[in-house]
Amino acid sequence: MSKQIDIRDLNVYYGDFLAVEGVNLTIKANSVMAFIGPSGCGKSTLLRSINRMHEVIPGAITKGQILLDGEDIYGPNVDPVLVRRTIGMVFQRPNPFPTMSIYENVIAGLKLEKDKSRKESMDDIVESSLRGANLWAEVKDRLKRPGASLSGGQQQRLCIARAIAVQPQVLLMDEPCSALDPISTLAIEDLIRELKDRYTIIIVTHNMQQAGRVSDNTAFFNISAVGQPGIMIETGPTSEIFTKPQNQQTEDYVSGRFG
Amino acid sequence: MAIASAERATGSVHLTGRRLPRWAPWALAAASVGVGLLVQFSGITAMGLAPGIVAALVFLIGQTTASGIVEGRRHAVDRLATTLVYTTFVLALAPLLWILITVTIKGLSVMSPEFLTGTMRNINPRDAGGGLFHAFIGTLIQVGIAALIAVPIGVLAAIYLVEFGRGKLAYFISFFVDVMTGIPSIVAGLFIFTALILTGVLEQSGLAGAFALAILMLPVIIRATEEMLRIVPNELREGALALGVPKWKVVLRIVIPTAISGIITGVMLSVARVAGETAPLLLTTFLAQSTNFNPISGSQASLPTFIWDQISRGTNAAVDRAWGGALALILFVLVLYAGARLISRYFAPKTS
Repeated sequence: MSKQIDIRDLNVYYGDFLAVEGVNLTIKANSVMAFIGPSGCGKSTLLRSINRMHEVIPGAITKGQILLDGEDIYGPNVDPVLVRRTIGMVFQRPNPFPTMSIYENVIAGLKLEKDKSRKESMDDIVESSLRGANLWAEVKDRLKRPGASLSGGQQQRLCIARAIAVQPQVLLMDEPCSALDPISTLAIEDLIRELKDRYTIIIVTHNMQQAGRVSDNTAFFNISAVGQPGIMIETGPTSEIFTKPQNQQTEDYVSGRFG
Repeated sequence: MAIASAERATGSVHLTGRRLPRWAPWALAAASVGVGLLVQFSGITAMGLAPGIVAALVFLIGQTTASGIVEGRRHAVDRLATTLVYTTFVLALAPLLWILITVTIKGLSVMSPEFLTGTMRNINPRDAGGGLFHAFIGTLIQVGIAALIAVPIGVLAAIYLVEFGRGKLAYFISFFVDVMTGIPSIVAGLFIFTALILTGVLEQSGLAGAFALAILMLPVIIRATEEMLRIVPNELREGALALGVPKWKVVLRIVIPTAISGIITGVMLSVARVAGETAPLLLTTFLAQSTNFNPISGSQASLPTFIWDQISRGTNAAVDRAWGGALALILFVLVLYAGARLISRYFAPKTS
């Protein structure tokens, strides 16, 4: 069900500006990969290039390959819309659709782009997605209320439910907890550990404890100076990155000596 | 400064200061009005000073001085600024209220069921009676057709500019929309007159008038819709795109529903704005004294040209009818505004 991602010699540009340079990275199926590093080092940019959301920005392009189980998502004739259906994304700020109810928000992706192979009823999809996002118990009696009526943490879990309702195989999370309180953060971290059984997950985070708690592997990114491209310094199992990193920069960062 | 530091040294801090009593501004205002009246009746108006201006100046200077002496500089400046803000607000509002009150009073004197249902057919300008039914129907038809032409073009152009337009083409469209905003309304009428009526494509008719009005509506609709689409947060577009929704569906199902209440308001306001246009209609619909339901043939009346027609006849009865027409026009626009508010509230995204 879930798939492996191989990033090969990837350069990501905003116009002429090279934002991320020379990334080679493998993310195994059914694992959680955390991207850490200082602000501006290109973590989010790289994440967005994995489901072709990067190119939504005018002038933004990528060079290199990203393989999803061996198939290049930047290959010729690849439809970015289909890539995004396979690789879902949760954003930093919760963004439920304000004109829709909780129920409609969950099935927004399905309703807007019908998937005829799905046989379950919409009600079942809503319930299983909300259960999957640990939100069902809190909202099951008010599915017709607007999505914007929920608290910030609930909205973010609603966005996760919306993302998993289209049954992606990979889930990208761009600092999903940065706007949330510790309790909501805990709920989402628990959720990430559960979702790992069904999805490959990549999470960008500024919170190193969070990376330690939820991820199997970690990739550390850095920039040598402002205006220089971000590069991947080191990657490996999370426990090793945090306890015995190979690179001095990584050690300085994870031990809090800079940044 | 010296006092403050001395107090600080002794550890006592004053949180209260001397203030003018609450009644002081009102007393001063009354006194200022008194001075104004004095100027009015004593005949010193040779200086060309209207009593209202004198009263306002006396109040401004008096209050600032009193406040400066009693309360200190900061309070004096605060009171001066507050007074200026309120004064300019009243000055801005005064002409509007004046117009509304005058039009209502003069217009109500001719309002009657006959005035609303009758036409000017076979009515001598010198005689009272007659009505504006033909003009009201004309305005409805012309503005309606203009909206049918301009709303789809305008809304779609705005969607292109905000959601899809990149590079030179978008720049040129945007530039020409700005230019169109500045077109004097009579030029739009003149354009339709020379391009369509003189060339024989159309006769003078409601449709020709509607074309001229549509030209005037377009830039207003485009700009209003653009503004509304631009304030839709980008996160919503990205959220939908990341679900694997194609761009055109994101625009149709997410962006437009989120902005629809503002778009409708903009459209209604543009309709209200052209409902009062006179000059382009004089050149395209001409004047008519009886009801013409056919927009493509024959001259057709409208509320603004009805007012113009009656005023230009100059008789007492005709001028009264012009006031009645003005009241009807204002009420029509008012209904459109109220409708815009209601509709936009109905469609606005709900948070609870």
